[in-house]
Amino acid sequence: MKLSRYVARSSSIAARGLGDETMVMSATNSTLFTLNEVASEIWNAADGVTPLDEIVKRRVCSQFEISPEAALEDAEALVENLASHGLLLISHEPIFKQGNSFKELA
Amino acid sequence: MSLVVEMVGKALKLNIPLSVQLDLTYRCNERCVHCYLDHDDHGEMTTAEIKDLLDQMADAGVFYLTISGGEIMMRRDFFEILEHARLRTFCVKLKTNGVLIREKEAARLRELGVESVQISIYSHRPEVHDAITKMPGSLRQSIDAVRFLRKQGLYVTMANVLMTENAADYKQVRLLAQELDAKFIIDPTVTPMMDGDRSVLKLNVDQAALKEVFRNGDLVGNVEEFCAPPAGVNQDDLDSLPCSAGHTACYVSPYGDVYPCVQFPLPSGNVRETKFVDIWRDSPQLNEVRTITLRDMPSCSQCTHGGTCTRCPGLAYLEGNMRGPSTQDCEKSYARTGIPSENLKTKLASPKPVNSSQLIQIKGLQPMVPNISALVTKEIALGA
Repeated sequence: MKLSRYVARSSSIAARGLGDETMVMSATNSTLFTLNEVASEIWNAADGVTPLDEIVKRRVCSQFEISPEAALEDAEALVENLASHGLLLISHEPIFKQGNSFKELA
Repeated sequence: MSLVVEMVGKALKLNIPLSVQLDLTYRCNERCVHCYLDHDDHGEMTTAEIKDLLDQMADAGVFYLTISGGEIMMRRDFFEILEHARLRTFCVKLKTNGVLIREKEAARLRELGVESVQISIYSHRPEVHDAITKMPGSLRQSIDAVRFLRKQGLYVTMANVLMTENAADYKQVRLLAQELDAKFIIDPTVTPMMDGDRSVLKLNVDQAALKEVFRNGDLVGNVEEFCAPPAGVNQDDLDSLPCSAGHTACYVSPYGDVYPCVQFPLPSGNVRETKFVDIWRDSPQLNEVRTITLRDMPSCSQCTHGGTCTRCPGLAYLEGNMRGPSTQDCEKSYARTGIPSENLKTKLASPKPVNSSQLIQIKGLQPMVPNISALVTKEIALGA
């Protein structure tokens, strides 16, 4: 059985919605990204405690015409990409916010 | 088209204030000879008021937040405010003299994810810099701050305001910035005081100094292109907007007053009386500013520089007419190209008793893009 993955927005980012898109900037190197409407749904739901597959089910499949398998595959690729830029944290355990930063529970 | 330009275009279409400069205080530990502010405290917003304003601005869509002053660290609650701004995920840029930034403060700024810090450095010589700031030892302290911030890996810009007092030093300041691994910008602009007092304009450099700066390839890039004669005005130019002031950007004073820009002190509302987003959307003053295109400017629309001029609507407003020319920018176009603007021709034809030094004022030589930056832009889109 595949383990659930949890995703949380990094505290080292600047972000804001702009229409149906989201601007995200890495505070470490000022690289700017935009997320489209679907990616924004996942970004906004990345609270560290909701499993990614649940986010995809609730926020993507319910609003967009896409199969759960395809949506999860795309979402996995998205969060991996965002994590590689330090914008998201990914863990197999819930991630809780402490003060101004996130702490992953071991 | 860059991602930033696309974002600005979208913000304009959606009427979103993408960028705000918020001055926390006009108090300062320096007394710069060219400063446009009154340094007395006339009732600054409280910590709670500023936090509430930050919440309102985040909800209104503000992304780029420039925190400035006065000296921002004169506020004892500066880090509390900054922490709140970062919790609301603004992209925060700071403007400071750096005097109060030591290793501990630099580390905290890094920890809080500040995007960049701009520090004013007027000269590489203490006797010149400190004479401008009227604060002995200030150059050493400001340079130390640059070092502390760079050590933390923060982006630092050294801003060099060009004046009669330091006109000979900008090349050395640029070298100093290179040595410290900081960005360098030169800003040959001394603006009138916010109360309209123009006496500080006597500090502006003369035409010869301006021409020298404009012909320095290290500063302007391709000199031939930068100083090329203007191509005239076309239909697109006539429909173009002057700048981002009031369109995707605005300014909020320490007292909650909202203006189109820090250089455009047209009172447009106060956040102590009206919600920020309501001022942004409904202020008659901001809405008037938004209607003005080059076509509506009687003199500038007829001017050969109309399509390329860096006319500042705020300086035009301070000169008495926000639809009129900014004579300081006319002088800049003249220094750059050797071709007088329509406004200058009129003034030459019927001279008025104006101190010529008041006619020379130019903006910074940063690329003519909105006052927002991203060193690299990338796009990620699910399924794209």
